[in-house]
Amino acid sequence: MYKILEREDLVPGIHLFKMAAPAVAAKAQAGQFVVVRIDERGERIPLTIADWDKDEGTVTIVFMEVGATTARLALLEKGDAIADFVGPLGVPAEIDNYGTVVCVAGGVGAAPVAPVARALKDAGNKIITILGARSQDLLFWEDVLKGVSDRLIVTTDDGSYGRKGVVTGPLKELLESGDKIDRVVAIGPVVMMKFCSLTTAPFGVKTIVSLNPIMVDGTGMCGCCRVSVDGETKFACVDGPDFDGHKVDWELLAARQRIYIDEEKCAYEEWRKSHAA
Amino acid sequence: MAKLNLNRVEMPRQDPRKRGKNFNEVALGYSPEQAQEEAGRCIQCKKRNCVAGCPVEVDIPDFIQAIRDGDMPEAVRILKSKNALPGICGRVCPQESQCEETCTLAKKEAPIAIGRLERFVADWERGNVPQAASSPPARPRPSGKKVAVVGSGPAGLTAAADLARLGHGVTIFEALHVAGGVLMYGIPEFRLPKEIVQAEVEFVASLGARIELDSVVGKLATLDEILANGYDAVFLGTGAGLPMFLNINGENLNGIYSANEFLTRVNLMKAYKFPEYDTPVKVGKKVAVVGGGNVAMDSARCALRLGADDVYIIYRRSEVELPARREEVENAQEEGIQFKLLTNPKQFLGNEQNWVVGAECYEMELGEPDDSGRRRPVVKKGSEFVIDVDEVIVALGTRPNPLIASTTVGLETTKYGTVVADEETGKTVKDKVWAGGDIVTGSTTVISAMGAGKRAAASIDEYLRG
Ligand SMILES: Cc1cc2nc3c(=O)[nH]c(=O)nc-3n(C[C@H](O)[C@H](O)[C@H](O)COP(=O)(O)OP(=O)(O)OC[C@H]3O[C@@H](n4cnc5c(N)ncnc54)[C@H](O)[C@@H]3O)c2cc1C
Ligand SMILES: Cc1cc2nc3c(=O)[nH]c(=O)nc-3n(C[C@H](O)[C@H](O)[C@H](O)COP(=O)(O)OP(=O)(O)OC[C@H]3O[C@@H](n4cnc5c(N)ncnc54)[C@H](O)[C@@H]3O)c2cc1C
Ligand code: SF4
Ligand code: SF4
Ligand code: FES
Repeated sequence: MYKILEREDLVPGIHLFKMAAPAVAAKAQAGQFVVVRIDERGERIPLTIADWDKDEGTVTIVFMEVGATTARLALLEKGDAIADFVGPLGVPAEIDNYGTVVCVAGGVGAAPVAPVARALKDAGNKIITILGARSQDLLFWEDVLKGVSDRLIVTTDDGSYGRKGVVTGPLKELLESGDKIDRVVAIGPVVMMKFCSLTTAPFGVKTIVSLNPIMVDGTGMCGCCRVSVDGETKFACVDGPDFDGHKVDWELLAARQRIYIDEEKCAYEEWRKSHAA
Repeated sequence: MAKLNLNRVEMPRQDPRKRGKNFNEVALGYSPEQAQEEAGRCIQCKKRNCVAGCPVEVDIPDFIQAIRDGDMPEAVRILKSKNALPGICGRVCPQESQCEETCTLAKKEAPIAIGRLERFVADWERGNVPQAASSPPARPRPSGKKVAVVGSGPAGLTAAADLARLGHGVTIFEALHVAGGVLMYGIPEFRLPKEIVQAEVEFVASLGARIELDSVVGKLATLDEILANGYDAVFLGTGAGLPMFLNINGENLNGIYSANEFLTRVNLMKAYKFPEYDTPVKVGKKVAVVGGGNVAMDSARCALRLGADDVYIIYRRSEVELPARREEVENAQEEGIQFKLLTNPKQFLGNEQNWVVGAECYEMELGEPDDSGRRRPVVKKGSEFVIDVDEVIVALGTRPNPLIASTTVGLETTKYGTVVADEETGKTVKDKVWAGGDIVTGSTTVISAMGAGKRAAASIDEYLRG
């Protein structure tokens, strides 16, 4: 069992757990993820490692309530424990001194972007971060991202805070400004990563995205997480999750994420009923 | 000499019409009377032909004699001294090509039903001996040596059991959240109840082996780090878990599974109990399974039990070449699985929502024999036709996962990704590292993986005692 040492409700529907997982913490690197399972009946779901502390032996995850498993997870309190916490999985993010890197975070993506931005900054890059959310009340980790960036731009879809609009607006302006941008890292919902990639493509700036297909084992054993990159089938859990956004087949990823919509609704309803009872 | 009794006692099975709708075990096992009757047929040969056919050399005539004598605890003891997993082997060993093939009575086409008797003894123990009492003989004196076993499939469990019995400190590292390997995630409940696998895993643990779940070696610690952390030897039994695909058009459509994913969802994650269990699986109405081995039969029979109306096995050769166990092919046929033989997919067709709606196939014919000695299937030109489907399960076979080989210095692998190891001892070219089971041979059988685990344990023991 893996114990929840700290719990923080970042914004409505998005929560942070600091977990006791010394072995995972000892090996974690930016860009990697864990697979968690709450209990005997639970599904295995992947969540990005948002932070870790080797000395403390802790690993932090940040998750958004979107369905049955994340809703069940959100009910757990500090001191509770979950059955499984497997990791660190996936290939770590590529870190090098590229020059200037723009990190784009959409929604819950603010959490997984943070360790990557920090590692890139430590490697000597100038970091410009664009943090986007639907509205002010869904914005979190502005301070954390500010701490690892040379410049932070915040957008909200409804203009309730920062610039009004979506993240691709400032991204395009930065690319057009003539300042040299050597790399873009975009993490968030599929549509957001897709449009970031479409925005950077005409400028020829390498754009790394972190793909989030449905997974089961996370170790290359099932092929559930197959994505198509540059016309080739890859297993996101072992070949990724990071890929070149200009080469990703976005339609396929979006379609494969919808495989279980009916079952997901059914599971959520079941959970709501049993939870109400 | 008494007259030979050539009437093999049949084992009762669930009615095919009923069992196609549930996940309960198909074969029901012998009653004590049936076991007595079958055991009574054994002629206790001087030349123990049956033993020669068993990869782990179970003392078959002796445990059968114990059944005859009504001494079940003795039967258990004899069996378990050679085979830590009798409840499993009695169910899934291909006995027809092993112990029962070499049994003297096989010449008369009535070999002793050794597998069924083995299963009977194991089930008797589970039903009659409380866990504590069944615990093994006193622990041996600790050798002071530590061995890491990577993977908890039959190869790893067997190696761990033998090494623990010899007094070595054994830790098993397993990537998944339960131990058992393919026995847990691959072979379905109706052929091998998971409760039995777990009872046998507990037996291995009771011998003193420690089991660390959720431990992906190569990610958490590498093999070299394990060695540096004070382990004197490592046994690699990580199996062949990487699924192969056809690499044809449309294979990433929604509704197309690898057999590994489909079976993992159904067996390991218990998707057949969704939504009581959280993991879903798609339930097709018309399901095509591509392949002809045990894995294909298991996938097809699971799809049927989940509620499919039509389940097809698409196999490119003919019935005689089907690699699955005869018994399982017959079970599948009885349950109503439809065999589309000499058929091979060309591509999969999808609708606008990216869901699979058809498998376009070629008709095949058999040509000249290939490397495997089987006649090579060749495409009949212009024979394309479409089978309407809403789900496809690709069961073409698996290869070893490259995770460990790619993170370890100095392991030798073949072009198929298998690890090179000595056939007799399991020793790899890397110092202190042994390997056995599917990781060395590619996918074979439970018992051959166990045999490899056993030989490696003996070799490791010899090395540790130096
Ligand atoms: C490598 C990776 C890292 C991720 N990191 C984070 C993170 O840090 N924070 C976060 O909030 N979310 C993250 N996700 C997404 C997260 O895994 C899903 O939101 C979660 O599985 C939803 O489960 P559910 O039962 O609550 O919802 P469901 O109702 O099951 O599904 C809702 C949505 O989640 C997706 N999903 C469902 N099951 C899985 C699964 N087993 N694997 C992946 N996606 C699934 C579905 O496509 C669907 O769109 C990550 C996904 C991947 C692949
Ligand atoms: C569906 C199906 C049906 C079958 N039916 C039969 C049958 O009827 N009769 C028969 O004799 N054989 C059958 N087989 C074949 C048989 O199951 C295998 O040959 C046997 O399980 C191989 O044993 P193993 O110990 O080598 O590997 P596995 O059983 O594959 O076990 C390997 C274990 O290692 C773990 N592992 C992998 N990588 C790592 C890592 N990096 N770190 C830690 N752990 C890791 C895996 O999670 C797994 O638990 C079947 C196979 C399948 C898939
Ligand atoms: S272990 Fe398998 S091969 Fe050996 S006796 Fe038992 S059933 Fe036969
Ligand atoms: S070969 Fe057959 S008949 Fe002879 S001892 Fe073995 S099981 Fe009995
Ligand atoms: S999640 Fe199973 S192979 Fe990637």
